Amino acid sequence: MSSTGTTLKHYFVNHEQQFDAAKLGMWLFLVTEILLFSGMFVAYAVYRSWHPEVFAQASELLDWRLGALNTVVLLASSFTVALSIHFVQKGENDKVVVLLLMTLLCAAIFMVVKYFEYSGKFAHGVFPGAGFEPQGIIDGKDYSKYDIPFAPQFFSIYFVMTGIHGVHVLVGMGVFVWLVTRVARGHFSPQWYTPVELTGLYWHLVDIIWIFLFPLLYLI
Amino acid sequence: MSEGSHNYLSARKGLWSWLATTDHKRIGILYAMACGTFFLLGGILATFVRTELGTPGETILDQDGYNQIFTLHGVVMVFLVIIPAIPGILGNFVLPIQIGAKDVAFPRLNLASWYLFIAGALMAVFGWLFVGNVDTGWTFYTPYSSGASNAVLWLTSAVFVAGFASIFTGLNFIVTVHKMRAPGMTWNRLPLFVWAIYATGIVQVLATPVIGITMVLLFLEKLMQIGIFDPALGGDPVLFQHFFWFYSHPAVYIMILPAMGIISDLMGTFSRQQVSGYTFIALSSVAIAFLGFLVWGHHMFVAGQSALSSIIFSMLTFLIGIPTGIKVFNWVATMYKGSVWLRTPMIYALMFLFLFSIGGLTGIMVGVLAVDVHLHDTYFVVAHFHYVMMGGALIGLIGGLHYWWPKITGRMYNETAGVIAAILVFIGFNVTFFPQFFLGSRGMPRRYHDYTELLPNFPEFAPLNLVSTIGSYILAVGLLMILVYALYSLFKGPKAPANPWGACTLEWTHTGRLPDEHNFHETPLVTRGPYDFRLADDVFGPKEED
Repeated sequence: MSSTGTTLKHYFVNHEQQFDAAKLGMWLFLVTEILLFSGMFVAYAVYRSWHPEVFAQASELLDWRLGALNTVVLLASSFTVALSIHFVQKGENDKVVVLLLMTLLCAAIFMVVKYFEYSGKFAHGVFPGAGFEPQGIIDGKDYSKYDIPFAPQFFSIYFVMTGIHGVHVLVGMGVFVWLVTRVARGHFSPQWYTPVELTGLYWHLVDIIWIFLFPLLYLI
Repeated sequence: MSEGSHNYLSARKGLWSWLATTDHKRIGILYAMACGTFFLLGGILATFVRTELGTPGETILDQDGYNQIFTLHGVVMVFLVIIPAIPGILGNFVLPIQIGAKDVAFPRLNLASWYLFIAGALMAVFGWLFVGNVDTGWTFYTPYSSGASNAVLWLTSAVFVAGFASIFTGLNFIVTVHKMRAPGMTWNRLPLFVWAIYATGIVQVLATPVIGITMVLLFLEKLMQIGIFDPALGGDPVLFQHFFWFYSHPAVYIMILPAMGIISDLMGTFSRQQVSGYTFIALSSVAIAFLGFLVWGHHMFVAGQSALSSIIFSMLTFLIGIPTGIKVFNWVATMYKGSVWLRTPMIYALMFLFLFSIGGLTGIMVGVLAVDVHLHDTYFVVAHFHYVMMGGALIGLIGGLHYWWPKITGRMYNETAGVIAAILVFIGFNVTFFPQFFLGSRGMPRRYHDYTELLPNFPEFAPLNLVSTIGSYILAVGLLMILVYALYSLFKGPKAPANPWGACTLEWTHTGRLPDEHNFHETPLVTRGPYDFRLADDVFGPKEED
């Protein structure tokens, strides 16, 4: 497949049709993503409504400062992605490369923070499901006091939701790497930048889901 | 048009030209081969089930074997045949041509969906053959499934992966219908098959991700006991049923809506008449798609949900009867004062009307709260959903395959053989499943390999089961006969004309005997509706002026 600039596939009439089709397809895919996460949000809502005090107590074990840091990092990455679309439309591909690399950096910071959060929890017996045996004293909190009924459910939901969200971040990082190499090789132009725009849409969704996860899991 | 010199089959040769194809027509044929194989497998399993039940006592299977066989029959037929078959085979082959497009919007995604489907199927088969027994039923209810063998891990993964195939197919068709229509192909000129596949696409995109996450959670429940569904760990098994049916009830409409679309096309073509109530049929597909999301709780009347929920779900279930009835009445009205041509596809369309109406009306019966408490988990439910799923969805598929067979293969099948097989299928089907209504209403439970202990109180169970089993053999003979004459036609059948039925939709009027690689020589300009036979001078020649 020719990769220089404006490739019109034979089954489309014009570029506008091709771009519109791709964009509608991406929006539909994002709808499926929302429904995928909605199952987990429903599980969260059900268990929280049954055991609100347990969920409030269990969420104390999550460090809101790390969650807030990650929120800021992801919001910043959404900003750089939006800017990259702006500049690819103007044809300033040097700036696009820099902005996409900054996005990649933010995503990496997010995952590193997540790694330290997870490993900190695992080190003190906070596992999802049957392996849940919290112990030790960290930041003045006695973890063993959190070994209460339905606290395992809170952490199961926490690990599953943030885990699947993390997988989405990793997928996004892979796409950004691919995108940077294509921009650097001059594949995009103001006439054709569909992959940049669609990746941007995807990344905003990943960001928005985190915006909901952060308060639900860390704050309330 | 130069016959046979350049068409989608002759344009490229070799195995790789099939395995790497992005042509929607060839992908449709790939789906046909895969779904056909699984249909054969599921059918063989079904005859095992019926043979075991034909006579009291252990006939050919012990109870563990029986539980595995009916589970696999359900999983194969639901996830590998009925859900993918019509969109995958006929949707792929027909829909882009019917709207005058050269291909679907995302051809590579289309091919990827087939590979995902195959990957899911292989995972299911691998898990079943090499990992362990699966006897959970196709519904995977917890806590039984989370405590069953590790093969559950493989089957849940299989459903997850095959689900993505379904999502990609639905997404592709929605975008294709929105963005790829030929000039003049307005929304009210879309063939009703296209409307049905479009509505199906909405359900596939909105419902399938939920079964995806449900399978992920069940997988994790089994793998590391996350305690969401397993009551021994504080989880809630009813929550699993809510999740499962939030997909699996709409999935029923993923199965039946495309068949309804086929029936609409058949009714119009073989009655030589404008399909009555076009707009109502088109929009009732969309109405069914949306209402279908609001009724999942009717599977759980005896599962411990609140009485209020049950009442609401029951009333919403009745509403589904309205758009469905609109369709049935309009199909009947289409034949009224039409010029009905009783060829094999039309015989299947009439069969659909008869069988689907029985299936639909008994569906309303089991949607009644008090009645359902009695009928739940009995053979009445089995008979009901086989009338809808087989008598509706699969009969629609078989009718559609006969209708489009000349366009797909370029050859005709033997009409006499077609009629005989159709009659066998009709008789076999009714003899198999009608007695099950009596069995179920008398209390014969589902999913039991033996009923000897019930016979002192219910002596009629033995003859009714025997009749049902004999019917299943007649049905099997009819279906195998279709396979035989289809294969014969493929190699020896007479060459078909470009439009053997005198149909008015683009796949018949604007392509040759076999469509070109890119469907059309030139993009069609659409000037009339799909069933405007009086305007179809291109089919019937100009009208004679008196």
